[in-house]
Amino acid sequence: MKKNNTPQDKRLLKRKRAESRLKAYGIVSICLALIMLITLMTSIGLNGYSALQQAYVKLDVKVESLNVLDEDGFFSKKKALLFNWDGVVRNSFLSNFPDVTKRSEKRALRSLISTNAGYDLRQYFKRNPSDLNKDITVWLTVSDDFDQYLKGRFNTSVPEKDRRLSNQQIEWIKFLSTNGKVDLKFNKGFFTNADSREPESAGILGAVVGSTLTLIVTMIFALPLAVMAAVYLEYFAKPGRLTDFLEVNINNLAAIPSIVFGLLGLSVFLSLFGLPRSAPLVGGLCLGLMTIPTIIIASRASIRAVPPSIKDAALGLGASKMQAAIHHVLPLAAPGILTGTIIGMAQALGETAPLLMIGMVAFIIETPDSFTSAATAMPVQIFMWSDSAERAFYERSSLAILFLVGFLITMNSLAVILRRKFEKKW
Amino acid sequence: MSFTNLLFLIIAFSLFSYFFSSSRAYKKIKEATSKPSALPKHYGQKSLLWTLFPAFLLLIVFTIVAPVFLDDLYLKKISLIDPSLSNAEIRLNLAKLKNVAGGAISSNDTIILDLADQYKNSLSNVSLLRTLSVLLLSAILGIIISSNLSIKKNARIQVESFLKSLFFISSVIAILTTIAIIASLLFESIRFFSLYPFFDFLFGLHWAPNIAIRSDQVAAQGSFGMIPVLLGTIVVAFIAMLVALPVGLFSAIYLAEFSSKKVRNIIKPTLEILAGIPTVVYGYFAALTAAPFIRKVGMTLGLDVSSESALAAGAIMGIMIIPFISSLSDDVINSVPQSLRDGSLALGATKAETTLKVVLPAAFPGLVGAFLLAVSRAIGETMIVVMAAGLTANLTINPLETVTTVTVQIVSLLTGDTEFDDIKTLSAFGLGLALFAFTLILNVIALVVSRRLSEQYD
Amino acid sequence: MVKKLNYKFEIKGVNVFYGSKQAINDISLNIEENKITALIGPSGCGKSTFLRCMNRMNDVITNCRVKGKILLDKQDIYSDKIDPVQLRAKVGMVFQKPNPFPKSIFENIAYGPRIHGLGSTKAELSEIVLDSLERAGLINEVKDRLDDVATGLSGGQQQRICIARAIAVNPEVILMDEPCSALDPIATARIEELMNSLATTYTIVIVTHSMQQAARVSQNTAFFHMGDLVETGETGKIFTQPDEQRTQDYITGRFG
Repeated sequence: MKKNNTPQDKRLLKRKRAESRLKAYGIVSICLALIMLITLMTSIGLNGYSALQQAYVKLDVKVESLNVLDEDGFFSKKKALLFNWDGVVRNSFLSNFPDVTKRSEKRALRSLISTNAGYDLRQYFKRNPSDLNKDITVWLTVSDDFDQYLKGRFNTSVPEKDRRLSNQQIEWIKFLSTNGKVDLKFNKGFFTNADSREPESAGILGAVVGSTLTLIVTMIFALPLAVMAAVYLEYFAKPGRLTDFLEVNINNLAAIPSIVFGLLGLSVFLSLFGLPRSAPLVGGLCLGLMTIPTIIIASRASIRAVPPSIKDAALGLGASKMQAAIHHVLPLAAPGILTGTIIGMAQALGETAPLLMIGMVAFIIETPDSFTSAATAMPVQIFMWSDSAERAFYERSSLAILFLVGFLITMNSLAVILRRKFEKKW
Repeated sequence: MSFTNLLFLIIAFSLFSYFFSSSRAYKKIKEATSKPSALPKHYGQKSLLWTLFPAFLLLIVFTIVAPVFLDDLYLKKISLIDPSLSNAEIRLNLAKLKNVAGGAISSNDTIILDLADQYKNSLSNVSLLRTLSVLLLSAILGIIISSNLSIKKNARIQVESFLKSLFFISSVIAILTTIAIIASLLFESIRFFSLYPFFDFLFGLHWAPNIAIRSDQVAAQGSFGMIPVLLGTIVVAFIAMLVALPVGLFSAIYLAEFSSKKVRNIIKPTLEILAGIPTVVYGYFAALTAAPFIRKVGMTLGLDVSSESALAAGAIMGIMIIPFISSLSDDVINSVPQSLRDGSLALGATKAETTLKVVLPAAFPGLVGAFLLAVSRAIGETMIVVMAAGLTANLTINPLETVTTVTVQIVSLLTGDTEFDDIKTLSAFGLGLALFAFTLILNVIALVVSRRLSEQYD
Repeated sequence: MVKKLNYKFEIKGVNVFYGSKQAINDISLNIEENKITALIGPSGCGKSTFLRCMNRMNDVITNCRVKGKILLDKQDIYSDKIDPVQLRAKVGMVFQKPNPFPKSIFENIAYGPRIHGLGSTKAELSEIVLDSLERAGLINEVKDRLDDVATGLSGGQQQRICIARAIAVNPEVILMDEPCSALDPIATARIEELMNSLATTYTIVIVTHSMQQAARVSQNTAFFHMGDLVETGETGKIFTQPDEQRTQDYITGRFG
């Protein structure tokens, strides 16, 4: 080898150090990105896990059947609406505090229970009419401030006049808690209720159904059109300016900001065509237009990956180009197309901006039941809840985020697994 | 009859005509002396398509056009009854009578009640007309095609050319969508510019849509100068790229050139997770965690940081864009041929020197394309800025202050309770047009620049 | 009188594996200094793999393992004390398909000297570039367009750029992996001319599947077959009176 030439060796050392530096930059960058991912998910997780539980208060009630049932013994909606459920709840709750007599204090006490408690009690007896005329114990939701206090998320260091819970209310809460009258149970309502003004009764069911309906429309609209377009571009399009123009358009459409599709939906689907506002139908059409380019690009790649020998073999046997495409190539390209569709659907599921434009941001209490009824979607629900002042909505939107992100990661992982499984067939 | 019921009916008709035609064709082919090159099922398919498609198209067109037509008719009726009403008032009356007809509200106005009754009648007439025309079209076509079955014609070729046209139309959807976007944006923007001077919009330095309260004060309607809003978009996008570009690029370099296959197979999908997180989640994190944190840090350093700083929004947007840059750059770097790397290594260069002096320069056009696409993404991003940036247009480049962006303004102008014709909602379309034009130019440049990469290695 | 031969490379018992597949079986070979040695044999017999061992380019391939001793000037190039980066400045390589960088002709040739610190100012690098171009016989064709992109030249010119590029770092050995297989006969002839002029200064090892080329340019020849070194010796002898039957079969065209 060369003699130990010190300047040359020093130079080599410098070059090696430069390489180590470059590698270090790379590792630091990757670590930064990973740390940010972990920070993001951890902070949301820490905020959201407590929403899995909801605080309930134990109440002893007795309701006579004549208040609820009609002469034939069936649940009478009219009677049930007229009955003072709120009174039952209030009386039962206040019985825990026989010393409280002043009206203002009674009001302060009453506000510790959810305003929907009366409604919940009515629903309970509707489902369990056999519990009428009996002394039973029910668990009803407490107010969101109460709930947040029990979960340790209430900021007591703020001066009393700026707080939503007075010191006296906190004393009452502690009293109930030590006497076993209050407990944190699984927050079933989060999964079975739709949106509500009160955080303790708010759930994601409406948003989940809305998202599902929207996604169904998106898929029915986008998938066939995109696959047909992909087959045309790969097999039947004559190379030339028109085809180039089509391709440029498709690639361009894939890069247009999503809010522009919302504007399109607003001015064309809503104003021009008069389709119903906030409906999954319109949302699905907007998201479908956004997803079509993604699926076209993925489908074209899958179709191209099918060896031309297969198509040629079919043609050689006398099949037409269309038959070769549909009977032989598409089935083999199907896994790739499926993967692209899943990824496209996952993107559509997380989209918010276009849905805001077409009105899915309204407050909707009922779970949507058709493609044309007003609905909201998961990401929009999260957006609306995060805007609220109540802390309890903060924790619920965090939990909703965890579910949404968890679901999306599952979808994307499914797509990746499918891709790997079908990757090397030939 | 409802849409879905009609749809099911014509599908049923089509299936019936399919079976009918294919069995007829089967019999005729058996009896025939010369065999056609189409199978019985092709004749069935031809029948099915004729029975289904025209009727389906009619159903869709009818369903979309009828309400538009009805609206138009009743708008005219209302303005005939009271010519003094303004456009907004006419529309309001229309909405009212539709609600009364639907039973949602009640009214004491006899004119409204009368019109509502007429509307109900019109609705049922239209529905009847739709049902009859669609079913008749489907049935008549089905019968004609099925009875005029001639095996001399090659049904398979006919069916396939129909399918080919259908596929062609599907690919044209992309163009149609682009045209629709441009047309709708232009249309509404032109209406806006008829109410507000174009150059004041383009070059105005003051954006305050909500100044005037009285709707007839056109002059004091509010200023719609877009410069501060555009500047806000640029500031936030700039901060985002400052975060995303180095992290994304160095990650891509490391993953593409230096990492082992095992590490790459773990890290790459993990970074993809960042890409799959919905932007509303990033916005949530930005608004409720990052912005207060940055504010606190700023306060302890003695700086005055807004609670809706451009820094917070931009930094989180940057995190969102990291996987975008890293994955695009990774693709570009990997597409540089190995022969170039071999040539450099054979000359005694280190891997780092090869990467920095040979691979990256060769990949440069593609990297620029990736960068421009990322910028385009940052500019068009909505949710993060809606949740973390502010609403007031501030003409500043100080990242610690609050700014508003084009997308935030579009959302805030269109999700309020304002009427559609109002100048504020129209200004949102003006912004939308500007946004579309901007991102279109960036995308086209990115495409042209990346194409140059593939031209280097032929 | 026995001439004292100076061996640039002494290669002993080399085995090369791609994963579990063995590509080179226990080969020992000596390369004479300042001579042209040709490695011949049918395709897929391991010639290129063997060549790439000599400048440790096989290190770049992920599942490739090299066992054995390769001594360059009596030092084992696979020992821990030797840095492949420095090795490759001493042992240059020209590839089968010309691979100039998508840079200017000047930059292509200045690249090596620059990173090895052989020149830093424009003047110093210019001197090296022009010298290398001259030695590669290309100077007259490109001296007026040194700033043109190298990839715009013809195949033959590109390959000579690659040779000039290799020369510019002042190596002692030049390895050539089928350098003419992608070129037309005229370009091939020019490169063979070039090889002859270079042999006085450098040791050249060339892999070729053309026996005629081997016969034309080399002084020594080694015949490879299925990962084995069948026979090695003076070119004249190999092509007229080989010792091994397999060699005889190959050169008479019975296979390959």
